[in-house]
Amino acid sequence: MKTLSRGGFVAALLIALVGAAMLGLGVGGSGLGAGDALAALAGGGDATARAIVWELRAPRVVLGFLVGGSLAVSGAALQALVRNPLADPYLLGLSGGASLGAVLAIVAGVASLWAMPLAAFVGALLTIVAVYRLALAAGGGLDSRVLLLAGVVIGAFAGAITSGILSVTESVRVRSAMLWLLGGLGGVGWTGVAALAVYALPALAILVREARALDLLALGEEPAQHLGADVARTKRRVYVAASLLTAAAVAAAGIVGFVGLVVPHAVRLLRGPAHRGLLPAAFVLGGALLIVADAGARTLFAPQELPVGVITAAVGVPLFAVLLRRLATRRLA
Amino acid sequence: MSGPPVFELADAAVRYGSDALRLDGANLTVRAGACVAIVGPNGAGKTTALRAVLGLVPLARGSARVEGRAVAAWTRAELARGVAVVGQREEPAFPITVEDAVFMGRYPHLGPWRRPGEADRAAVRRALERADVAALAPRWVETLSGGEWQRVRLARALAQEPRALVLDEPTASLDVRHEMELFELVADLVRRDGLAALVVSHHLNVAARFAGRLVLLAGGRIVADDTPRRVLTDPRLSQVFDWPIAVQVLPDGTPQVYPERRPAAGPPPPPPPKESR
Repeated sequence: MKTLSRGGFVAALLIALVGAAMLGLGVGGSGLGAGDALAALAGGGDATARAIVWELRAPRVVLGFLVGGSLAVSGAALQALVRNPLADPYLLGLSGGASLGAVLAIVAGVASLWAMPLAAFVGALLTIVAVYRLALAAGGGLDSRVLLLAGVVIGAFAGAITSGILSVTESVRVRSAMLWLLGGLGGVGWTGVAALAVYALPALAILVREARALDLLALGEEPAQHLGADVARTKRRVYVAASLLTAAAVAAAGIVGFVGLVVPHAVRLLRGPAHRGLLPAAFVLGGALLIVADAGARTLFAPQELPVGVITAAVGVPLFAVLLRRLATRRLA
Repeated sequence: MSGPPVFELADAAVRYGSDALRLDGANLTVRAGACVAIVGPNGAGKTTALRAVLGLVPLARGSARVEGRAVAAWTRAELARGVAVVGQREEPAFPITVEDAVFMGRYPHLGPWRRPGEADRAAVRRALERADVAALAPRWVETLSGGEWQRVRLARALAQEPRALVLDEPTASLDVRHEMELFELVADLVRRDGLAALVVSHHLNVAARFAGRLVLLAGGRIVADDTPRRVLTDPRLSQVFDWPIAVQVLPDGTPQVYPERRPAAGPPPPPPPKESR
C-alpha cells in the first residue's frame, strides 16, 4: 500500500497544494483568472484587481487552507485516540459543541473574531466531557463504537440546543448567527486568518509533539504504556489540542464535516500510519481539499454561494461509505 | 549467578474499585540473571501481580520497586527503556507493517523529537533476527498468524534493549516448536545477557523447565515461591487447581505434572436390597 516514496509524496502534496491555491485564487465573480490573480499578487494589474486578490481571494484561500488543515489534523489525532478510523471532530460531537459555544457568543453579543474561537473551544471541551460521561454511563467508556455513538448523540443535542436558543433570541442577532451557521470562508479577511492561526498553531505543535505517543496509543492503552507513553497525559493533551483546532476551524467557517474523517485515511493509505508524517501531510492535504471545495462552493451556483460544508458532505459521504465497507470487511471498526 | 534485585513487591495488595483484594500481601523479588514464572489457576491474580510490579495499578498496601526505586517514581518512558513488556492481547487500530511495529520498540529511546539513527536501525535488525521474524518484516501485521504476531511483539520487546522482560502468557497461541524457541530465547537472554525475566504462564511443565523459580498464586495470595521441584507437589497442585494432578520428576530433576482423569463414575450403586420379611 505504501506506493509512494517519501520524496514523491512530499512533491505530490506540494503540487496538490499549489494547484488548489491557483484554483482558489483564480475563480470568483469578478472574472479574474488565475493568470490575472498571480499578476495582481506580484503587484501587477490594476488597483481593483489587486484589491480583489489581496483582500478577498488570498485571505479566503489561506483561511480555507488553515480550516481544512486543522480539521484533518484534529480528525487524525482523534482517530488514534479513540482507536477507531471512523472518528472525526464532527462525529464525536466536537463540531456541534464548538458551534453551540460560538452561537452563544454571537447571541450574547461578544462575538469578535478573537472571542468566537474561545467560546467554541469551551463548547468543544464541555462536549468531550459529556461524550465521555455518556459513554461511561453506558458502561462502554473504552469501546470506541460506544464513544462514537455518544458523540453523535451529544452532537445532535448541541444542535437542538442551538436551534432552541436561536428561536428565542431577538432577530438581529439571530440573523448574524444564522449567517454564520450556514458556514463559509468569506468575509473574515486577514483578521480571521490571524485569529484562526493564533488558536490553531499551538494546538498543532502539541499534536506534533505527541505524534509518537499517538502511534503507541493506536496499539491500545496498555501496550502504549508498556512502550513508554504517559497515556493519561497524552489523552488530555490530544483532546485539548483537537478541541482547539476544531473550535478555531468552526469559529472561522462554521461546521464543515468529513474533512477530518476522509483526509487522514487517504494519507494513511498513501504513506502509512506513523503520525510524525501523517499529521503534517494531513494538514496540507486537508487544506488543499478545502480550498478546492470552497472554489466549488463559490462557482457551482454563482452568483449564489453554497456553504462549503455542502461540498465536503457531497464528497465525503460516498467516501465514508467506501471506508465503512472496507472496515467492515476487515473487522477493524 | 543472580544479580541485584530488579523487581520487588513487598506486602503488595491490589483492589479494583470496591471489590475484594485481587492481590493480597504479595512478596516477590526477581533478580537480574534470573527467570521467575508466576503460575496458578485462572483468576488467581497473576496478571494483577504483573500490573503491580509494573506500577500500572495503585497499591492498596505495600510497595513495588524497580531496580531499588519506587515504581511510581519512574516515568513510563524511563521504565520502558529498562523493562520490556509483552502483554496478553493487542490489536493495532490501523494497518502497520511488522518492521514498523518492531521499530516502535525504539520509541522510549527516541522521545518525542529525536530522529532514529543507525543504532536504532541496528537494534531493530538484531531484534528481528533474534526473534526469528526478519523474513516477516515487510508483511502487514493483520496478515500474521497469532504465533507470528506474538513473536513480532517479542522482537519489539528486544528492540527496546531492555534490562528486564515481563511476559504475560507469551506462548498462549504458539505451537510446540515456537513455544520452546521462545522460552529458549528468554533463557538465553537471562543466562547470557543477564536480563531479569518475569513470566506468567499456564503451562506448568514448560515453566518448570525454564524458570529457576516458580511463584504459585491462588486467590490473590502467593502460596509457594521456590524451585519448581519444591513448588510442584501433587497435594498442593491438586488443591490449588481443584483437580487431581500427579507430579513426576524427569531424570534431570525437572518436575512434570500430569492432570489425571477423574475416576469414571461407575454404574449407579445397586439399590439397597429390599428387606424381606
